[in-house]
Amino acid sequence: MTDGWFAGVDADDVAAAAARVRDGRADGPDDWPTRAVETGFVADETAYYDRLKDATMAAAETAVREREGADDRQLVHAVRAMADCERTANELAERVAEWAGSRYGESGSGIDCARAVATRENDADADRALRSLAERTVALADEADSLRAYIERTAPAVAPNLSMLAGPVLAARLVALAGGLEALAKKPSGTVQLLGAEDALFAHLQGGAPSPKHGVIYTHEYVRGTRPEDRGSASRALAGKLSIAARIDHYSGDRRPELAEELEDRIATIQARGGADA
Amino acid sequence: MTLPDGVEHHEFDGETGIATRGEPVYGEPTDGPWRRWDPHRSKLGAMLELGMATGLTGGETVLYLGAAAGTTVSHVADFCGPTYAVEFAPRPMRDLLAAAESRPRLFPLLKDARKPETYAHVVEPVDVVVQDVATRGQGRVATLNRQFLGDDGRLLAAIKARSEDVTADPRAVFDDVLADIEAEYEVLETNELDPYHDDHLGVVATPRDR
Repeated sequence: MTDGWFAGVDADDVAAAAARVRDGRADGPDDWPTRAVETGFVADETAYYDRLKDATMAAAETAVREREGADDRQLVHAVRAMADCERTANELAERVAEWAGSRYGESGSGIDCARAVATRENDADADRALRSLAERTVALADEADSLRAYIERTAPAVAPNLSMLAGPVLAARLVALAGGLEALAKKPSGTVQLLGAEDALFAHLQGGAPSPKHGVIYTHEYVRGTRPEDRGSASRALAGKLSIAARIDHYSGDRRPELAEELEDRIATIQARGGADA
Repeated sequence: MTLPDGVEHHEFDGETGIATRGEPVYGEPTDGPWRRWDPHRSKLGAMLELGMATGLTGGETVLYLGAAAGTTVSHVADFCGPTYAVEFAPRPMRDLLAAAESRPRLFPLLKDARKPETYAHVVEPVDVVVQDVATRGQGRVATLNRQFLGDDGRLLAAIKARSEDVTADPRAVFDDVLADIEAEYEVLETNELDPYHDDHLGVVATPRDR
């Protein structure tokens, strides 16, 4: 027989009760309301449920605050916000370029074009409207840059080894795609290799489509810098080290510079294959 | 079919649907104190709407596994007794807490339904276990939580085929999960939940005698 959440807790001490709800255990359920009355924790069943309500609400609120406020969760929000800003800024920049082309006959594109339009001093009503849109577009692009700077500052503290191998932004993207550093640490490296390529993977599993070789780790120089025939090998080697790095970051937190050297050796071997064939 | 006490048909914008009495949670339409229980958003709502014999009469003690943001469990708490809502993920728990605020007998628990020993010190034996966990091993979750049910208790489960295997035929997945469930339960009724939910199977079961 094991104890209920209320054992040894003062009925008015919500914090202590909440801690017991969070950390307690029992081999099996029991008629806790009756036992709480028998042991004198509360006078009756109504009082029992009122206490239980306070304790479970407090326990869940604290646990949510801790886990949602954790550093890796903050990194996830930042990297998603950066992606949103970049995507929106690019979309608006295309709109600005198209509009500007109709007024000034210029054919630029992208954020640089929006920057140029934002500094034009024409003064018709339409010019002012276009300039205002361009200014906002530029501001969004700047916001994306400052989010990137925030990620570059914080990712190495949250996941030092992963950031060392992948770079801070890719590290943050992987953490975001996995749903947190712990979730990433628990994924097999084959899954890490394909994070961000879910659509292609499911198309492959449903039949027909070729199997994807890499997800977002494609942006890493070790993958992109390898000739296409060997990218599968390079992705596998990189993903293997990245998942080891994520596990060290989550479970121990110490730094292992030798991971970078091992990976570099392995990639050098893979990339040398092309040279040997030629 | 008979609906549990506290669940009634009401008319919303010219459509008739089931409803319970309580504070709105997810922007659902209301009719006085009644709020619509949308079967498209709730698998238990779909089971009731489809006329499955859930055995619910109202006032039961409930253990709800996979409460998510509280859409369904808020309706359950509206017409049942003490309701224990287990949810594993912190983000939806934030919304569940908001739904639990106005429901004095809805108890949120941030726990893993695959580890009942972490909430058995809080949850009393219940009349009904509702299960809607979108994870692999749904059959195992049902058998692990058998201990909370008395002999005439009910398991009401919504099995999601794609949580077990995205590529397999849903019927084959259902058979596998049902086989797991049958180790501990007698399955009374099954019904696919379309058109409300694709590739989901509603299951009503009762524990086998030990």
